[in-house]
Amino acid sequence: MAELPTAPDPSAGPAAGTTFAEARAFPGAERPARTYRLDADGIGLAVSEWGDPDAPPMLLAHGGFDFAGTFDVFAPMLAAGGWRVVSWDQRGHGDSDRACLYSWEADLRDGAAVVGSLGTEPMPFVGHSKGGNLVTHLANALPHRISALVNLDGLPSHRAMSDMAGHERARRLRDEMDAWLQHRRGLVGRQRRPGSIDELAERRGRMNPRMSQEWLRYLVTVGAEQSDDGWRWKIDPSMRMGGFGPWQPQWSLLQLPGIGVPVLGVLGLDIEVMGWGTVPDEVLPYLPPGARFESLEGVGHFVHIEQPRLVADMILEFVR
Amino acid sequence: MSRSTVVTHNRVSLAVHEVDPGDPDAARPLLLLHGLGERTPRTTPGSVEWPGPVIGLDFTGHGDSTVPVGGGYTSEILVGDVDAVLEHLAEPVTILGRGLGAYIALLSAAARPDVVRGAVLADGPGVAGGGVHPGSRALVVPNAPSGAPDPYALMELARDVRPADYARTFAGFAVEASDLDVPIWVSAVVRPAWLEAIIDVPGVGLGPVSRGLETYVGVGSD
Repeated sequence: MAELPTAPDPSAGPAAGTTFAEARAFPGAERPARTYRLDADGIGLAVSEWGDPDAPPMLLAHGGFDFAGTFDVFAPMLAAGGWRVVSWDQRGHGDSDRACLYSWEADLRDGAAVVGSLGTEPMPFVGHSKGGNLVTHLANALPHRISALVNLDGLPSHRAMSDMAGHERARRLRDEMDAWLQHRRGLVGRQRRPGSIDELAERRGRMNPRMSQEWLRYLVTVGAEQSDDGWRWKIDPSMRMGGFGPWQPQWSLLQLPGIGVPVLGVLGLDIEVMGWGTVPDEVLPYLPPGARFESLEGVGHFVHIEQPRLVADMILEFVR
Repeated sequence: MSRSTVVTHNRVSLAVHEVDPGDPDAARPLLLLHGLGERTPRTTPGSVEWPGPVIGLDFTGHGDSTVPVGGGYTSEILVGDVDAVLEHLAEPVTILGRGLGAYIALLSAAARPDVVRGAVLADGPGVAGGGVHPGSRALVVPNAPSGAPDPYALMELARDVRPADYARTFAGFAVEASDLDVPIWVSAVVRPAWLEAIIDVPGVGLGPVSRGLETYVGVGSD
């Protein structure tokens, strides 16, 4: 396996427009060995697999606004440890169908459909960010199918909410609702903004400031598509960060204590924009007996992208 | 036979029915929001007296509106349905919601206090939702929909979580931002936690549907 850059270098890359071939040549990145579509209650999910098709399966769930291709460096490392690594683009993300409706329940059902397509035996569930939260909920909904749970920086913080005065919480809810309704009113016929590979990478970099432009450009070649006027991220333009609803971060933490299989939680300690700002003290009281918890100093929210070797080895040793 | 209009909310075509043309000069339109699994009635229910136009929205997955593939319903998305209709109508309305529609009426009154001139919350199917916090989860897949109502809607909106403080916050929004003295009117006799939590909010009225409608028919539209 090639050595991977671990430090972000925003200045990396040629000044002129990066070509597809240049952007695609990211060291260590490997497109999935197999891709196919799976029907999940009428929604077509794009499934990606790395590794030996006869090896035992390991489920890998991506975060919000990501796609399975964000595992192109990480998943091959897990696969090389003797696993058939299976990920899917969540509805509206990557190459999966765009849906009329999106919800937490729907994402969970889609995930359960992927699990259901992988035989009947228990397997490790691994997820990052929203994907970590998803597999944590799936661990409770499908206890007969999970053998180990790995949550990579995927537990929301309740501290920010509980520290907030009631009127401040209400104001936030009001703002979120207003912004969400405004967004919904502008959706008919909406498309994502086109641009060059470099422009899309640069835009994504604003939300992922710790990632190298080289990696972000690679992601464009997988998670965006080209048409006459440029590249556009494939993600459904009707999707939007945030939204309003009754959901409380506490509800996710409450999924943890009852999990009956080995649990590994990994937290990046450097707080950043896409992360949830969760700190170890919030999670520890909710871990089930015997759970292993690792906090990584100097690592941000995308622990598996900043430190793929370290995190993959940690998981491989944990699920062995 | 009532006339119907199609209003687009993202990828969903919403059916908006004219239940009774009424006298547009006598009162602003009354917007009916049906209960879970229902659809807009063909005629004005006997208990409803409204001199102005009476219209009704079929929520996503209900009546003549689009039945989406693969579910994913939340109450919040139905607030988006109502908001699409409010944008289309471009005039103030009074809302009468039954069951699920009562909950959506509350959220809509909070979201658009300038155009929702009173919301009457009445008994009906789906009023309880899934309680105040998530229950144990079973990932059940219903049979493929063969039309409305969408079984995903029935399943998901019957389990939709409605915390009491969440509902109370929305009642507060409606009362704060509306210039009506009593912008929310609770007629429902069945009161799950979310409804119980709002009845003592100052500015929330209590009584039969007829009295709620009488209250709102008289108030000015601007």
